[in-house]
Parts: sequence; structure tokens; C-alpha cells
Amino acid sequence: MLILECPYCGVHADETELAPGGEAHLKRFGPGSDIDDFEGYLFMRENPKGLHFERWRHAYGCGKWFLAARCTATLEVFGTYPAQSAEPPQSIKDAITAKRPGWSWRDFA
Amino acid sequence: MSTRLSTAGRLIDTAKPIKFSFNGKTLQGYAGDTLASALLANDQLLVGRSFKYHRPRGVVAAGAEEPNGLVNLGSNGTFEPNQRITTTELFDGLSATSQNHWPSLEFDVGSINTHLARFLPAGFYYKMFIHPRPLWKHVYEPFIRQSAGLGKAPKDRDADTYEHFNCTVDVLVIGGGIAGLAAAAEAGRTGARVLLIEQTAAWGGRAVVDQPTIDGQTAADWVTTTLAGLAAMENVDIRTRTMGAGVYDHGYVLAYERLRDHAPKASGPRHRLWRIRARQIVTATGAIERPLSFAGNDLPGVLLASAVRDYAVNFGVGIGDRTVIATNNDDAYRTALALHDAGLQVPVILDARAKGGGELADQARAKGIRVENGKAIASVKGGKRVTGVSVCLQAGQGAVLEEISCDCVAMSGGWSPVVHLWSHCGGKLTWDEAQAMFRPNNDRPPTGADGEAMVIAAGTANGHLYTAEAIADGWSAGRAAAHAAGFTAKPEAIPDGSDVPELPLTPVWMMPQGAGYDLRSKSWLDFQNDVKVSDVQLAAQEGFESVEHAKRYTTLGMATDQGKLSNINGLATLSGALNIPIPSVGTTTFRPPYTPISMGAIAGVARDDLFQPIRKTPISGWHESNRADFEPVGQWRRPYAFVHKGESVHDAVKREVTNTRTNVGLLDASTLGKILVKGPDAGRFLDMLYTNMMSNLAVGKCRYGLMCSENGFLMDDGVVARIDDDTWLCHTTTGGADRIHAWMEDWLQCEWWDWKVYTANLTEQFAQIAVVGPKARQVLEKMGGMDVSKEALPFMQWADGTIGGFDARVFRISFSGELSYEIAVPASQGRAFWDALLSAGAEFGMMPYGTECLHVLRAEKGFIMIGDETDGTVIPQDLNLGWAISKKKDDYLGKRAQERSHMADPNRWKLVGLETLDGSVIPDGAYAVAEGMNPNGQRNTQGRVTSTYFSPTLGKGIAMGLVLHGPDRMGEVIEMTKGDGTYIKARIVDQVFYDKAGEKQDV
Ligand SMILES: [Zn+2]
Repeated sequence: MLILECPYCGVHADETELAPGGEAHLKRFGPGSDIDDFEGYLFMRENPKGLHFERWRHAYGCGKWFLAARCTATLEVFGTYPAQSAEPPQSIKDAITAKRPGWSWRDFA
Repeated sequence: MSTRLSTAGRLIDTAKPIKFSFNGKTLQGYAGDTLASALLANDQLLVGRSFKYHRPRGVVAAGAEEPNGLVNLGSNGTFEPNQRITTTELFDGLSATSQNHWPSLEFDVGSINTHLARFLPAGFYYKMFIHPRPLWKHVYEPFIRQSAGLGKAPKDRDADTYEHFNCTVDVLVIGGGIAGLAAAAEAGRTGARVLLIEQTAAWGGRAVVDQPTIDGQTAADWVTTTLAGLAAMENVDIRTRTMGAGVYDHGYVLAYERLRDHAPKASGPRHRLWRIRARQIVTATGAIERPLSFAGNDLPGVLLASAVRDYAVNFGVGIGDRTVIATNNDDAYRTALALHDAGLQVPVILDARAKGGGELADQARAKGIRVENGKAIASVKGGKRVTGVSVCLQAGQGAVLEEISCDCVAMSGGWSPVVHLWSHCGGKLTWDEAQAMFRPNNDRPPTGADGEAMVIAAGTANGHLYTAEAIADGWSAGRAAAHAAGFTAKPEAIPDGSDVPELPLTPVWMMPQGAGYDLRSKSWLDFQNDVKVSDVQLAAQEGFESVEHAKRYTTLGMATDQGKLSNINGLATLSGALNIPIPSVGTTTFRPPYTPISMGAIAGVARDDLFQPIRKTPISGWHESNRADFEPVGQWRRPYAFVHKGESVHDAVKREVTNTRTNVGLLDASTLGKILVKGPDAGRFLDMLYTNMMSNLAVGKCRYGLMCSENGFLMDDGVVARIDDDTWLCHTTTGGADRIHAWMEDWLQCEWWDWKVYTANLTEQFAQIAVVGPKARQVLEKMGGMDVSKEALPFMQWADGTIGGFDARVFRISFSGELSYEIAVPASQGRAFWDALLSAGAEFGMMPYGTECLHVLRAEKGFIMIGDETDGTVIPQDLNLGWAISKKKDDYLGKRAQERSHMADPNRWKLVGLETLDGSVIPDGAYAVAEGMNPNGQRNTQGRVTSTYFSPTLGKGIAMGLVLHGPDRMGEVIEMTKGDGTYIKARIVDQVFYDKAGEKQDV
């Protein structure tokens, strides 16, 4: 059972306080978009054994959505940050680089 | 025979005799006994029957690894099957019965299976029961059902109580042997908050049985001294009868405390589930001795050598007068020495190693015990208990050299560290060739949130079988764990253990080495599930090379003991059969819990009223005292109908429908979701959420709206009211309120975070009551207050005001087709307002109605219901709701998905009304059949029913359904399944059965 720090209220929240929201940093494709883009947005997910970026909601706490960078294999957490982020902040990227040099995830590295 | 010895047992108190019963027979034991030791003291060797062949089975072990000694305990509300007798402490009045036999333990009809063993090899179920189908139904399934499962499920409610306990510690030490004690003591000295748990009732593990010297004292004295030291530390808690059940993410550990299993008359909860968060975990969980695989190793009277020693030393019980010892290591010689000291005979020690043992072997010889090196057991003689062994060369094929009579066989195949807890959360293992064991790979421990190790294995659980090594390993594990948790102290002396040097073991996976099929097919690996050496070899031969596949094919390690004794021997056998090294075969996955824990402990206090809190409206109290027949709707309970005396529920629904259509009905609609959406961008936001336009809704007006998922499917509906320039109130379905509020927040926080919108879920802030029926206006006018005339408050508008003195917001919306006012008042006023309505409405024949009446009313009007007409695969277009989809908007959630070709396919089933020719009601879930059969020999389908009711208004069955090209087939008669192989004829009609013009709601 994971513990993630909510970047809004600062609580180190037990997984029972959180609701998972799947993969982070999805780009929405709306009406008129290419069918492959739309398929990618709606269905294609990374499912890595290793570094992953996820959406979580502090559902039984402050109610805010946030994003987490963690390793699905070792359960290491590299950091959490607000959902209003188009890409992981540099501090999170640096924390990952320190532990996983040369990492990449989708378009991020 | 198996009997109590004159020598004292360490753990028993002979001054305190205890009466208990086994299969109805009253027996005597002593305080401190386990049920196993007490049964053995009474010569009750036979304790159960195996799962598949119903072979007679006796106790094999003395601890948690016991595969055979499983019994039913207690009766009625305290009945529990599959209780392990080796871990069941004896108490006065204990009542146990044996399992898996008929009619009796001694004479069991099912044991005929053992003679069929040749015909029941590995994979038998898979191979034989596939064909032919009729045999499956009439022969195989009844047979399997009758013989399936050990024990019987309890019939009565559990009379005991259980609880959960949350705690946070710096260092959790699992295991109260010398390594765990040393770890806890050293961690405790640093000031770290330490919890030490031990699964049994006694401290010291194996050391107190074998009594090596530690720090110049006996192990027992060292344990006593160390416990006193721990008790003096305020930062250290210690618990016996508490098992580390599982290690999970980020230092989360479940522990299982058995508070009153040994003292059922005491008060308080029976079990406690500890939910522990630990910064660091030390697993000092010891090791388990392995059986040897020789023919007849499953007969009652064949035990692990360590267990024979435990029963003699701890409980003063001798399993037999003459015990033959078979071993591949030095440790088993301790059993010979202990039995000799207790005055029992050891006719021979068969040491499979060609060169035999070391100092302990010399000690045995010095006591006159015959030791045979390079020798093995060819087979064990006996039926329901051991009568002797035949001896052969380990290196040969089993040619018998000699027969030796005995009534007990003590076997030792070496030791396997208990790596379960280490492995639960990702700890890796390494194969130790010299000791022939999997032990923790300390370079690849389970890691925590910081990516650093969160578990340290210690002592024998870490592969250190010598006392000196084990205790030093525990000490340094405690120190390292405290340090990692942020605590240090000046080091003190490492406890100093002493050992008799031992010679290395020689791995023996089959005895004798060249055993033929005849012997291998009688050499058991898994005692509980009846898996033999020959079965695993057959699995390998048939291509089940992965250890996980072989496990499932043979059922090896799948019994209630989860293969604690059998797994290593099984995979070594597989390794031999595949001719690949053991580490390449690997282990199966270790899954929590370590040993089974009670369902009660998992539930804790979450039962009865606390299982799931029931949400109640302000009016629930009235419903409860007025014969409401409740149905669950999400976490709410809503009245299904209010049943008058002498009525059936069906009668009540009919009466409520008719009364609402002719007089006036009253519905508690408080559970409907009410979400306030406010802000400069609120209109723009709702245009994205709903398929239709909400931004252009005029203040004071209401509009029905649909919400779709991004995949295009209809997920919720409801009426939206424009409150003021930047405020909208969105009604959702009862079940959808929380979900839709969360959905709104998701989009606002994660996608359109620069939009200025605020949402609040006001569902429970208001009581909402629907006053429905032709006389609704008369009731409200009688109560007085705001103008509720058609002119002042037309259909699909709302207004604030007072009614009968209550502050009210009144919506002219209708889900019934009747003149209808939905009136929201503050929740605190809900009950008073309800009562006021009822008394004002009495002269107009007002009656409250429930959800089923609501359903019938809406079905008569052809209104859809989320969850009936929708199931996550239905789009608004399927329901002819295209009018509620804006063509003007560039975008809304689900729009792109609905552009996909399949969503626009004219062959999608579409909503129509259905009316049976004979007026009967179509069964729920009925399908419309089409010509021909599908490849499975079933009728093709062309539609299905989504809602079906008896309509009291029309006096016949009515239904809605999705039908291929339905709207184009009005008047056509189709066949619907009745579920019993017959069909019912139904005509496709308009889905609106009542007041098609919609005049009644707009008056
Ligand atoms: Zn928070």
C-alpha cells in the first residue's frame, strides 16, 4: 500500500486516501482529430515495468488531483507535483536522473 | 506407541491437566500442550485423510508448516474448519473433529482412491474431465463436488468479534527466536520505536529446544535475560501469538494476533489484525526442515526430525519407542541424542552421505547408537502407522539390505529459510549451493519509497544456521534497521553463540538416488494435496517446464499449507527431470498471508451496521416507520414501495401508480445529485460536459441534459437549472452524484485548469420532494405562499419562494408525465416539510410512492433510466436522443468518439417500445431472437429488453428495448426469449405509452 505526498495539502497520504487516475500527461484529441491520435489518447497506455507517471486524486483528503513519478518495479517515488503541469517539473526530472540516468518516458527524458 | 514421557516437557505444566475431545472421545492433556502434542500423547497418530487419495495421514511437523493436522474446531457460532493442530493451543473443553473422510477417520470409503492412484496421475482432472460432456455433468462434477474441499464451511454466524489496530513503528522485527530477540534488543537500544512479534506463545525459537550456549548461559537463560531487557525499554513493544502475515508496499505490514484462541472464555476480540507502517522491517522468521522423498514417507509416524525432537523436549511426548532416523545432514543427530536422553530407542541412523556426519555423529556413536553412512530408506512398512523400514544404499536403486522394525521415522532433508515475508514485496532470492537452500539475496532487497532497502533478513531466515552466526546476524540487522530509520547508539558487544561444528549436508532429492517408478510413485512431495515425485516428473515430461505451470498441473504447493514443506523438494525434482540447475527452475511466487488468517480478522468491525454506512435522507425516519419496503440504491436505501396492511408489494406499486395518476403522489427525491457549477466560465464548461447547450439556458429555466464519457457512451442524465448569470444547478442520478462531481473536478483540475469555474456537491444540503399528480397544484395552493400557477411557474421553469412557510426552490419538472413540482428545502426542514405536505394533501388523496412506482411512471412515458436503458455501451443516438445533442457545438466530451464509424452504424440496435400480444410482462433481460443459429448453436439475436413492467395505467405489460432497425419496424411482431426455452410474441411500438402529446405535465 503506497504512501504518496499530496503536493497541495502536504499530507503523506496512505493509498486508502487516494484514488488512482491512470496515466499522466495525456494530450486530449477532440472532434476532427486523426483517428490514430484519438485512439492513442483514449486507449494506448505505457504500462511500464519501471519509471511511470501517474494521476492520483487525494480523494479522501483535500480532493485535489496530482501527478506522481514513481517506479512500478521497485515502488520508489521520485516525487509528486500539481496536476496543472504540462510536463514534469525540472526538480522531478533531476530526481529521476539521479537514480535512473538516461531515463526516458514517452516524449520526456 | 506415541505417549507422554516421564521426562518433563519444557512448555507443559503437568500440575494442570486439561480435558478435551477428539471425534467425540474425551482425552487429557496439560496446560502448555498444543492440540497436536496432546493427541500424540494419547497415541492418536492418525489425524486426517489426504485430499485426493484419502490416505491416512499423521502429524509431520510441530509448527506452522504442518500439512496434515487440520481439524474442525468448535461448534455452531465458533465452528471453524482447517485449524492446524500444531499451532492450536490446548484449552479446557476444546472440541475437535477430523476432516475429509466418510464415514469415519479409521474407515474411509474415499481411500479406495489410493488403489486407483495409477489412474489419477498429475493433470488427471485436465485430461479426463474434458470429454465427453454428458459424463462431466452426471459423473465427474458430482464426484468432484463431493470430494472437493477440506473441511466444511461454517453454517452459523461467527459469534466472535474481531478488530483492526493501526500503528507506526521505526523498526518491526518479525520472529522471536534468538536472531529476532537480538535484533529487537539492539534496535531498541538506539531509542527507535520497536515492535517485536512472535507467531507462537513462546520465545526463543529452536534455540531453546537445542540449548546452545549464548554469552556463557544456556539459550533459555539468555532468552529470559534479553526479554527482561526488552521489557525495561519503553520504546519497545513485544507481542506473542502475533504472526507477520504479509509485507506490502512502503513498509506496510499486516500482522495477525490471536488473542483468545487459547482462552476462548476470556472477553474481548478473538483476533486482531495489525496494520503496521514500519520504516524498517527485520524478518527473523527462522527456517523450516525439509522432508526426504522416500517411498511411504506419508505414513503416520513419519515426521520431520526436528518435530520429533520438539515433541520430546517441549512437550515430553515420544512419538515412538523405536525411532529410525534418516538424514542428509548433522542436525538430525540432535534428534537421536534427545531421544536417547529421554530413554527411547534409536535402532539406526541412516545417513545418506557417503562419509557420514561430524562431531554430532561421534556423540551418537559414543552413546551406542548405530550409525550407517551412505544408507537410505527404501520404503516404510505399515498401514495406518509405521511398523518398520527397509534399508538400502542411497547410491543404488533400492535393493533391500535389511529390514528394521520401528514405530517412528524421523527424517531430515536439510533446512529452508523462511523467505516468504522477504519475498512478498519484491525481495529476490539466491541459491546457496553449499547449504542447498534458497536464501535472501541481500543485494536485492524489497525497497521502499526512497528506493532504499526496507527489509533486512536475519538469522536462520537469512541462511545462517549456526547459533553464533544467526545471533550475530540478528544483532547487526537490528542495528542496521535502526540506523536506516535514523537511530544510532554506541555499539555494545555482539552476543556470542557457540556451536558444535557440523559437516556440510549432501542434497538428497530422491531416496534412494536411483529409485524406480514403483518407489517414486509412493514418495510424497505434497502430503496434503497428494503430489508425488512421479507426478512432478510426469508434468516435466508432458512439457510443463515452468515451475508455475508444473505447480498448477500437479497442484503441488496449492494446499492450505502453500507448500511450506513441499516446494523446494518439488522444484528440485522438476530441476532433475528437466536436467537444469535448481536456480534456473526458480521458485513459485510467495504470496501473503504466511499462514491462513481468519476471515473475521480481515473484516474486523466492518460487519452488520458498520459494514457499509447507509446514507439516509432527512425523511428516512418517516419511511422506516411507515412500512417502506427498502431497496439499495448506491449507498442509499430508498423506499421501493410503501406497503399497506394486507397488500403485497406488487399491490402497493399498482396502488401508488394509480393514485399518482389520478390524485397526487409524494416522492422523496432527496438522493438525486445536486451539483452547483458557478463562475465566469461555468457556461462554457457545461457546454463541454453536456451533449446539448447549457450556456444559452435562460435564468429561471430548466433543461434536460445528457453526459457522455470520452468514449462516447451515455453515462448520466438530469435536469439543469440556470440560477443566475454565472450559476447553474446540475441534477444527476442518485448513483451518479459523487461520480459526476469527481468527473467535473477531474476536467477542471487536470485539463481546463485556467477556466474560472467552481463546483460544489450540494446533494445532502437539500431535501427534495416531488409532488406529482393532477391535484399537485391544489395541495401547494392550500399550503399557501408563492404563486405556483401555470402562468407564474410554467413547465420547465423554477422559482424561489415559500410554500406553507418553508423556504423553497420549486422546479416544474416531471419524470412521470404528470403535473409535477420538485421542491427543494434546506435539509434541516426536509422532514417538517414532508409532514406538512402529507397533512395538506390528505384531503386530495395524497400518498407517498417509492422507486418502483417512479420506474413504472417513467416507463409508461418512455423516459429512459441510466442503468436500465444504458449499460456503458449505449450512446444517446441509440436511444433516439439525437435532439439532445447539439449540432452547433464544436466540441463536447464524447463528440469525437461518436464520430467513429461504428457509432454511426445504422445497424446499431435502437430504442423502441415493446408490447406483448397477450398483455403479459416480458421477463427482465429477455432477448429478441432472429433467424438462424450462431456458431455455438444458440439463436441469433436482434435486440434486447432494457425495461419491462406491468403498467397499472394501461392494464398490461409494457417494455422498452433496443432492436435492430427498431424505429423503422413499427407494428412488426418479434419473438422474445422467456428464459425457459420458449418465446413470447411482442409488437414493436412507440416507446411512449402514456400521454404521447405531453399535455398532462404541461398544465
Ligand atoms: Zn491533499
